[in-house]
Amino acid sequence: MTFLLQVQAILWKDIRCELRSKQTWISMGLFALLVLVIFNFAFDLRVDNKAAIAPGALWVAFVFASLLGLGRTIAAEQEKGSMDRLMLCPVNRKAIYLAKLLGNILFITVVEVIALPIFAALFNVPLFTGELVPIVLLGTLGIATIGTLFSAIAAATQARELLLPILVFPLIVPVVIGAVRATGALMVSSINEPPWLGLMLAFDVIFLSVSLLTFEYVIEE
Amino acid sequence: MSAPYLEIKGLKKTYNLKPILRGIDIVLDQGKCMALLGANGAGKTTLLRILACLTKHEAGTVRIDGLDIGQDVQQVRLLVGFVGHQPNLYDELTIIENLLFFGRMYSVKKARERAAVLLQRVGLARRSDERVGTLSRGQLQRLSLARALIHSPQLFLLDEPDAGLDDEGIELLEALIREHTEQGGTTLFTTHNFERAVKFSDQICMLSGGRVVYQQATTGLEAGGVRLAYQEALR
Amino acid sequence: MALAKKEATIEQRAAKDGANKQATRFPVASIILGSLSLIGMMVSILMIFLYAPMDAIQGNPQRIFYFHVPMAWLGMLGFVIVAIGGIGYLVKKDERWDWAARASAELGAFFITLALITGSIWGRTIWGTWWTWDARLTTTLILWFIYIGYLMLRSYMGRTSASARAGAVLAIIGIIDVPIIYESVNWWRTLHPTAQVGVQGALPPSVVLTLMVSLTTFTLLYSFLMIQLYQLQRAQTLAQQLRASIE
Repeated sequence: MTFLLQVQAILWKDIRCELRSKQTWISMGLFALLVLVIFNFAFDLRVDNKAAIAPGALWVAFVFASLLGLGRTIAAEQEKGSMDRLMLCPVNRKAIYLAKLLGNILFITVVEVIALPIFAALFNVPLFTGELVPIVLLGTLGIATIGTLFSAIAAATQARELLLPILVFPLIVPVVIGAVRATGALMVSSINEPPWLGLMLAFDVIFLSVSLLTFEYVIEE
Repeated sequence: MSAPYLEIKGLKKTYNLKPILRGIDIVLDQGKCMALLGANGAGKTTLLRILACLTKHEAGTVRIDGLDIGQDVQQVRLLVGFVGHQPNLYDELTIIENLLFFGRMYSVKKARERAAVLLQRVGLARRSDERVGTLSRGQLQRLSLARALIHSPQLFLLDEPDAGLDDEGIELLEALIREHTEQGGTTLFTTHNFERAVKFSDQICMLSGGRVVYQQATTGLEAGGVRLAYQEALR
Repeated sequence: MALAKKEATIEQRAAKDGANKQATRFPVASIILGSLSLIGMMVSILMIFLYAPMDAIQGNPQRIFYFHVPMAWLGMLGFVIVAIGGIGYLVKKDERWDWAARASAELGAFFITLALITGSIWGRTIWGTWWTWDARLTTTLILWFIYIGYLMLRSYMGRTSASARAGAVLAIIGIIDVPIIYESVNWWRTLHPTAQVGVQGALPPSVVLTLMVSLTTFTLLYSFLMIQLYQLQRAQTLAQQLRASIE
């Protein structure tokens, strides 16, 4: 069975299981919306400083919702704490990583697609498609790449819900900075803006490669 | 005299710095069935998990059909069918979806037909569209047997397969092992039941404190004799 | 049962012999490094307070520089060693690489904490605030979080091979990420330049000399402490092994 077919089989299995259990998506989506609402109360949003805060609020919501989802999707693979049922199979461990990564990206993207129009409405910000897509894609890929790898690491520990954010947040700083600044630049154009998309792309490529290489060391017993 | 199918030499494994297996030597020819006995904590489950490539050993060699478990891991996984303490199934998927998924993972050709045959054999054919989460313990164990056999493995590994099965289930287990042996397959199973060990297997092996303390062919043995030998070995 | 008991004592004896051989070996490296560090520390302190010139703009508080820079340097170096130890363990599967990694993680975390504190104090004396989000200080803070994450992870996962592997992967990702983090924070800061903690402009030779001496001393101190912590890791592993073999 070729590598890509293995990825597809696992991804399909994960999607079907998630659709039937409905545990992760709903809580992720609701959480993202809640964060946005709380931001509305936390920051006094007058017209002038909205542009400064809105991108930050958006990406904080995405990051926190992502972390919720990342923890859940790897936990779903565990049956009473072990991933034996998948590890028994002669499937390439890199394929497992890719399948989990794609699944996480899918979940996070669905949440983003729901949150963006609501964000535009709550903050009275023009919804700008097109140019926003690469930013959201690269940002999501960055968060998911690191997050999928570390959710596998944290899954082995008891305090996994606490440990995952502590491990992931510092490492995704470049992506968060880049995504927030790039989103902000869409709302209020500025001169001499550094190439944030290039930075995020480099980050994604580098850490996707490193994660693919190191995942098997983390997932095998 | 051809090489044995399963050859374990000097196998060692520690967990959390605690030694579980302290040098295991086992030899099993193709087409034979071995019963593994021993108290809880003797290392039976760990040994089986190493053979199923779920966990790595630290010293010693394991050869299955000439393949080294350290170097040819993915090929060995293809040869092995494992039934463990957990059913190793996905609760949210239906019975047939589970078997088809594992069929795809093991690159089984004509998976649907194979799955249908196996479900008929284990008596779950009528429930094939039910979610696994709704099954009883006995039904889960039967489905687990079907899952382990979906890719027609050469080496059949079972960790206390008789636990949770009723009399009918035990008969099915015995029949499946017999069929596997008739098709040239090799079997290794653990149990706490001396009668079953003697009845199902060609060879008995006892583990104690991470070592093999007794190995004997079962022809002419009876359960009572085995029990005595076991108590002797433990002393 | 009897068989198992006999094995326990044989193994205990073997482990004790191994441990004794190490314990009786004379700690040459430690003594050399220890004394060099001590001498170096005395020389450095003399140089820092008496030899190095007083900064025209910042005054005496600028001397924190001679402590802050080596500490930040050791924090960085420490993490590089954690990553090297991690890679070594993944490749060689020898737990001694992991002992080095854990030792360096504890030590590096300690020095990076000191770097943060000295940096903060220094910033306070120049700018009046306890914290500025300048690129260097911010990256140091993030590296601190990565260290803490590493220590927490190793602590939660115990002394298993899974723990060593997880730590190795975290260290590898971390060490590749730190330069990227620094760049991204730098870019961010150029848009909103804030107070920078550091010395500007070309440095006179006496400053450079003092800094070099201080750096060397701290690195010697680091090497000395590394040996002690490595031995401690070894001892802890052996102790756990003995405890496990008795149970």
